[in-house]
Amino acid sequence: MGKHPHIIRLDRASGHREIVANHWIRVAEAGDDAVPGHTLLPLKQWLERRDELLERDDVGIWFAPDDEPEALGADAVRLAIIAVDFPAFTDGRGFSIGRLLRERYGFTGELRAVGDVFKDTLNYLRRCGFDAFEIRADKDVEEAAKGLDDFDDAYQNSVDQPAPLFRRR
Amino acid sequence: MYQYDDYDQKIVDQRVAQFRDQTRRFLAGELTGEEFRPLRLQNGLYIQRHAPMLRVAIPYGHLRSDQVRKLAEIARKYDRGYGHFTTRQNIQYNWPKLEDVPEILAELATVQMHAIQTSGNCVRNTTTDQFAGVAHDELIDPRPWCELIRQWSTFHPEFAHLPRKFKIAVSGSVEDRAASWVHDIGLHMVTDAQGEIGFKVIVGGGLGRTPMVGSVIREYLPRWHLLSYLDAILRVYNRYGRRDNKYKARIKILVKAMTPEAFAAKVEAEWQHLQDGPMTLTQTEIDRVSAFFTAPAYERLAGDDAGFLQLKAENKAFARWVQRNVFAHKQPGYAAVTLSLKSTGIAPGDATADQLDGVADLADRYAFGEVRVSHEQNLILADVRQSDLAAVWDAAKKLGFATPNIGLITDIVCCPGGDFCDLANAKSIPIAEGVQRIFDEEDYLFDLGEIDLNISGCMNSCGHHHVGHIGILGVDKSGSEWYQISLGGRQGHAASLGKVIGPSFAQDDVPAVIKQIIDVYVEQRLADERFIDVFDRLGIEPFKARVYQKERAHG
Ligand code: SF4
Repeated sequence: MGKHPHIIRLDRASGHREIVANHWIRVAEAGDDAVPGHTLLPLKQWLERRDELLERDDVGIWFAPDDEPEALGADAVRLAIIAVDFPAFTDGRGFSIGRLLRERYGFTGELRAVGDVFKDTLNYLRRCGFDAFEIRADKDVEEAAKGLDDFDDAYQNSVDQPAPLFRRR
Repeated sequence: MYQYDDYDQKIVDQRVAQFRDQTRRFLAGELTGEEFRPLRLQNGLYIQRHAPMLRVAIPYGHLRSDQVRKLAEIARKYDRGYGHFTTRQNIQYNWPKLEDVPEILAELATVQMHAIQTSGNCVRNTTTDQFAGVAHDELIDPRPWCELIRQWSTFHPEFAHLPRKFKIAVSGSVEDRAASWVHDIGLHMVTDAQGEIGFKVIVGGGLGRTPMVGSVIREYLPRWHLLSYLDAILRVYNRYGRRDNKYKARIKILVKAMTPEAFAAKVEAEWQHLQDGPMTLTQTEIDRVSAFFTAPAYERLAGDDAGFLQLKAENKAFARWVQRNVFAHKQPGYAAVTLSLKSTGIAPGDATADQLDGVADLADRYAFGEVRVSHEQNLILADVRQSDLAAVWDAAKKLGFATPNIGLITDIVCCPGGDFCDLANAKSIPIAEGVQRIFDEEDYLFDLGEIDLNISGCMNSCGHHHVGHIGILGVDKSGSEWYQISLGGRQGHAASLGKVIGPSFAQDDVPAVIKQIIDVYVEQRLADERFIDVFDRLGIEPFKARVYQKERAHG
């Protein structure tokens, strides 16, 4: 939780990536006061204050693994940033959340993986539509970024390659 | 057999490079043991009792002779000269060095092999009938579909970290030889009223701690939709399967908790979104993959070979081998041969490097260069001319693979157990040997007829003990090794789970107990009645009464 220094940002169109400073603060709970800028709110809290927050592009959402993209639905298109928490990299629910947000609910903003994120899942994350990766503080972020290049191609359709290999080979 | 193109090869090569990097980082301390564990498991690498264990994938049990030779070479170079074939149609090496594994993988990649997803909480090797493509009772060849599933499941981005392991089996024949009712997903190839090929979809079967026979969630799925439908099932499982308790994390628990009807409805609702999307199969792709599984260049033969029939009539030993180890083929004049890896005193499923080389030679000479692995841990030469059977029999005898016992009580399915496996409660290999010794006499063995005896060293049930007519399970009782016996399980379309006979037995008593069970069968059978039929007729009581007549068991 809180602010985290290292973010790898991937330009999905060009494949270009850069390591940038993080401007967003993920909070476990927001007070009743006005939400400060650059806050990532838990999905549930954002939904409770939806009418107030929908127009604010400086407030984003973060998903826990058991949060449902269905609850956000079409509002996804209005958001600038959504983070998905991976409490452990072996919890693959966030992969489904990413794909659903992108493929079903049309989310085009920044989709950020947070939590137990390091080199070895970046390739899967990218394919599920993630384009920002908050690398664990104890890991080398430059080294982690190389994980995006582990594989050049894949069999299945995915967010970054909507045509499965069998439609291209 | 399927041949890699540049795409397939590159994916496997890049996996080797990725794993090399992961191993390097682990050895350099950049990855903790806890982080490396799921990563290495997804590549079939366990850290075992004595050494690491590497499980190499044999997709749906199919091998070319050059691959068999490579497996032999690896056994010699990196292991102690042998490998172990598993009930998942894979091969395991019990003694590789961790530092050598990247190099082993690189060698495997040169013959289009890998260890991808042979363990870990991901979609595992898809398995099928060892007689696929040649079985006399086959409706539709399942192999192209297995390969399509293999590709779909390989590095699926969304399902890389499921709640638990996930196993798919495909069956395309009248008899189900793929244990499809006890897999996370079982697919039966069927046709609709118009003769269009599709799948019956079974979900939530499995062995392990909570054995269950699966439920049909769709009677007919048109073939085009296979992959998108699998996506829908896996997505529901990935999102809703339990992750808080690894013993309740398999899909069978989710299906049971939701009820099969509600689970099916959830899958259908998910599938509404995916149906007709990009994963809808194309005729071009089905044709491309099917082209790898066409029949080999069979000779046109009139029917049964006269020389073969004559030898069978004259030579009792040959006739017995044919009766047990030769399987009817759909091509006139041909047969499928099972090489038994179940000779007494050898761990079931083990093969030495020299034996593997010998099998590769046999395959080249008599079977179009192909070998298969069955989930009963034997090897198969699928396309042998009947006129070559005598020569194959001789060669198999020299290799030690001609024991005429396929389907008999000594053709034991057995996991590595406590001799190798870290998870074991008890040893399983010595139990197999003890039982085999009792039934070693061939006339007696043949007289008993078909009996499946399966042994697992713990509740993980790698030895499929639940579906053995006789199942033996290693249990831990205050630190010593005990064995629980169940009766009446079976695989196939009538798949059902065995019933535990009662309190467990000490290791030394197990062979004698099995003997008593068999004695009851022999006394009670009518004419040619099989063991399992006697069990169904009489129930468990007479067996129970016999084995517990004097107090041998302790709680
Ligand atoms: S059944 Fe248990 S002991 Fe046997 S191989 Fe599987 S995990 Fe190991």
